Amino acid sequence: MLSVIVFLPAVVAAALLLVPATAPRRVFTGAWVAVSAVDLALVVAVWLAPGSGFRFEERVAWMPSVGISYHVGVDGISLPLVALTAVLFLACSVFALRETRRVKSYVALFLALQAVSLGLFVALDLILFFLFFDLSIVFMYFLIAGWGHGERARAAALKFFLYTFLGSLALLLGFIVLYLAAEPHTFDIVELIAADPLAGGGPAAALALLAIGVGLAVKTPTVPFHTWLPPAHTEAPATGSAILAAILLKMGTYGFVRIAMPILPDAWRQYAVVAVVVGVVSVLYGALVALAQTDVKRMIAYTSVNHMGYVILGVGAAGILAGSDEQARQLATTGAVTQMVAHGLITGALFLLTGVLYDRGRTYDMAAYSGLAARTPLFAGVFAVAAFASLGLPGFAGFIAEFQIFTGALASAPVATALAVAGILVTAALFLRALQRVFLGPERLPDAPGTPRPFADLHPSETAAIVGLLALATVIGILPRFLLDVIEPASRALVELVAR
Amino acid sequence: MNENPAALLPELFLLGAAVVGLLLGAWLPRDRQWLVRLLAAAAALAGLVATAVAATRPDELVFGTSYAVDIPTHATRAIVLVAVLVALALSVDSTAGHRRETEFVVLVQLGALGTILLGGANDLLLLLAAFLLASVPFYALAGWDKTSLGTEAAMKYYLSGAFLGVAMLTGVAILYGVGRTTGYGPLREGLAAAPVAAAGVGLVAVLAGLLFKVGGVPGHFWVPDVTDGTPPAVAAIVTTIPKIGGLVAMYRLLVVAVPADALDWPLLVAVLAAVSMTLGNLAAFFQTTVQRLLAYSTISQVGYLLIVVAVAGRADLAQPALLYYVAGYAVTNLGAFAVVAEFPHARTVEDYRGMARRNPALAVALAVCLFGLIGTPPTAVFVGKLVVFTAAVDGGFAWLAILAIVNTVASVFYYLRWIAPTFRGADFDPVALQPAGTWSAVAAYTCAAVAVVLGVLGGLVLPLLVTPPIPM
Repeated sequence: MLSVIVFLPAVVAAALLLVPATAPRRVFTGAWVAVSAVDLALVVAVWLAPGSGFRFEERVAWMPSVGISYHVGVDGISLPLVALTAVLFLACSVFALRETRRVKSYVALFLALQAVSLGLFVALDLILFFLFFDLSIVFMYFLIAGWGHGERARAAALKFFLYTFLGSLALLLGFIVLYLAAEPHTFDIVELIAADPLAGGGPAAALALLAIGVGLAVKTPTVPFHTWLPPAHTEAPATGSAILAAILLKMGTYGFVRIAMPILPDAWRQYAVVAVVVGVVSVLYGALVALAQTDVKRMIAYTSVNHMGYVILGVGAAGILAGSDEQARQLATTGAVTQMVAHGLITGALFLLTGVLYDRGRTYDMAAYSGLAARTPLFAGVFAVAAFASLGLPGFAGFIAEFQIFTGALASAPVATALAVAGILVTAALFLRALQRVFLGPERLPDAPGTPRPFADLHPSETAAIVGLLALATVIGILPRFLLDVIEPASRALVELVAR
Repeated sequence: MNENPAALLPELFLLGAAVVGLLLGAWLPRDRQWLVRLLAAAAALAGLVATAVAATRPDELVFGTSYAVDIPTHATRAIVLVAVLVALALSVDSTAGHRRETEFVVLVQLGALGTILLGGANDLLLLLAAFLLASVPFYALAGWDKTSLGTEAAMKYYLSGAFLGVAMLTGVAILYGVGRTTGYGPLREGLAAAPVAAAGVGLVAVLAGLLFKVGGVPGHFWVPDVTDGTPPAVAAIVTTIPKIGGLVAMYRLLVVAVPADALDWPLLVAVLAAVSMTLGNLAAFFQTTVQRLLAYSTISQVGYLLIVVAVAGRADLAQPALLYYVAGYAVTNLGAFAVVAEFPHARTVEDYRGMARRNPALAVALAVCLFGLIGTPPTAVFVGKLVVFTAAVDGGFAWLAILAIVNTVASVFYYLRWIAPTFRGADFDPVALQPAGTWSAVAAYTCAAVAVVLGVLGGLVLPLLVTPPIPM
């Protein structure tokens, strides 16, 4: 079942490569929408199936002599992210119905990216995880370089590739240490969790955690490894930015809860305070730098640093045993996972909205726009909703997540939590300022080459994609139980593993 | 006695086809010389079958103890013969109907024969003979084109080979002098009791010759000039085939003949590995011609391969890692060169601009091969690197693994400098991207496919490579 979900997009991508590029572009975009819809339906079926622990496990020996197997399965931590991936790719496929540039390769790349993203979240083998991790970098590189904005996009793509590839290799080094520490040697995540090979900490555990932590921190990204992110986001096409922010960044934070915490519990407890500090710094630094941006897409990119900082704070707090009870740590963990989903939905929508802005005005500079609300009320309305959702207003998914993180982290890291709450204030300020600059005041449009063009409101396909994401974020904000019921048992299990 | 020629069937096939091919080529008309190539391909296929059959039999030493027929030899034979087949295919477009087509084919076969002997040699004298047999045909091959650059390349290749070959001869003489034997097994006992300084000098001199063969620092000076100065087909062959046997020879020599507790060769090889990969990568950074870029890339790849030689005998995974990485490297590198051979007029990376537009499938094959050389999963070199790094950490050379990782990241930069223009832009230069024919392209597709399949099916191949070389 999971293999079907993972490889369906890849198979369709391969089939599409055989279709001549001169075929009508509807063939490609239509196929993409159809595949994404089918994939989402399959994920919903998995979601509704009963069971606990790792479900839908499949395990086939792959390279038994080096302890590598094709092992996939989902639990309450990975399932929400698998669902998020399916939703986001469906939204992007709908949004991309209006794409005209080299549609064949564009769709094939996205389908391949979809396959590796889904694969990463179901992987239960470190090398399988690494394989999908690396391939996501390769495909995203081609997306940014091929469909981004000109020469700067290629520089940004190169920077993205080099940074995240370095991170991935650090990760690989950590995996190798884990592999050699386990007896018998294995890369299997479930076996490694059970074996706890580096129990008791020590230099090897510290080295493994350092390597894995740096690798994941680059991808997340946290301060100070975030510098690849703003150019990559700014230069990528809108759908690419949305996937990058919503899915690829989660690969980093997901790695913490799937690999670093359960396999290295002792080391994690020992160094959890580092994660807390890095998280808080990311929260505050990301928010403050975002505040200083004049480029709306860059601003949103920096709010990603801020939002992922909350996740790191949450997982760090879950590792600090002193001064907190198990329930608080569980709450922080649940909040961290929820925040991954919430940030994916909301920031995905925001990046698609900036794509709309660029499509009409050819610039992201906030100063070039003014008073858009009068001309494009729907766009303004949706943007406002997305902005409010992003700054953590109650009623949206982000609030649920951040509330849980703060409540869970308060007992064990009171100062850090208090500082992080201030981050919300800054994000509120920056989003309100952006809304005011772009949408209110006298109407002014950028006079880019080729204008005057009609500055059209949202097209139906764009509306469907973006509103769909925001609607889901609202549903989670109002009725979070269906999501939390899935996450909570898994985070309870995770917290027990960390505390062992 | 164990002088059973049947144990050397793959080698004899190569030799026989070379001799018959040479005679055949002497009276065949120019447009019929493809028969020689066909004969060579048939001999390689027959050799593969013989290798497979031999692999089912127990390991043995033949002709005294001078030649080992064991897993490293079987692997060397298989990889070299496959590489010969690919080399024969990718060179069709540029050499078919050439006045010296027969010579080209025969030289490839003889060089391959020497390479296989290098891998199986279990005696210093045979090692030296194999070194010469693996070198002389390739010197001639480098000058085969008779262009001024090609002649210069052949000259440089020959001179550095002659110099380091003499060094190797000296080394063999010294090791014989202090170890009192040339057979690897007895030499181990002899060296354990020998004066360390003399044994060290001898070993370093022997390694110098082998480093020349594989193109590792400090025997790498010929690599860029020869690779850049010869036609792509020749460049593909000289950067790939000698490495296969050379690395196995180094591995076998160090594991079987040189006790690590008497001489600290692991550290020596580790330093050579570190310098090779770093220097190769740094020099590749700003190369603009593709052949020079691949030349430096091949030096850095030797560095990664030497890592496993450094932990040979100390990590369980060392031997499978070495043989698997060599196999993966061979197909991947040949695949990249096959693309170069397909566009002989495209000298620089910029000439490849828009290639994806003109020939998307070939662009994908090139991307697969270059990402393969970087070590991106799921290609063969990735699995190779994974086991190499694991073996390095296991063998106590974690710093080398970290250095290799840093180098890998650095290498991304120059491989992407080639990939990026290939996929960029709508216009292409029809003169530069004039295809040479279909054979090179087919070779490129095949290599790219094999690189991926070998990466995915690593689980089937790795267990076959585990049995260590037989000691006596």
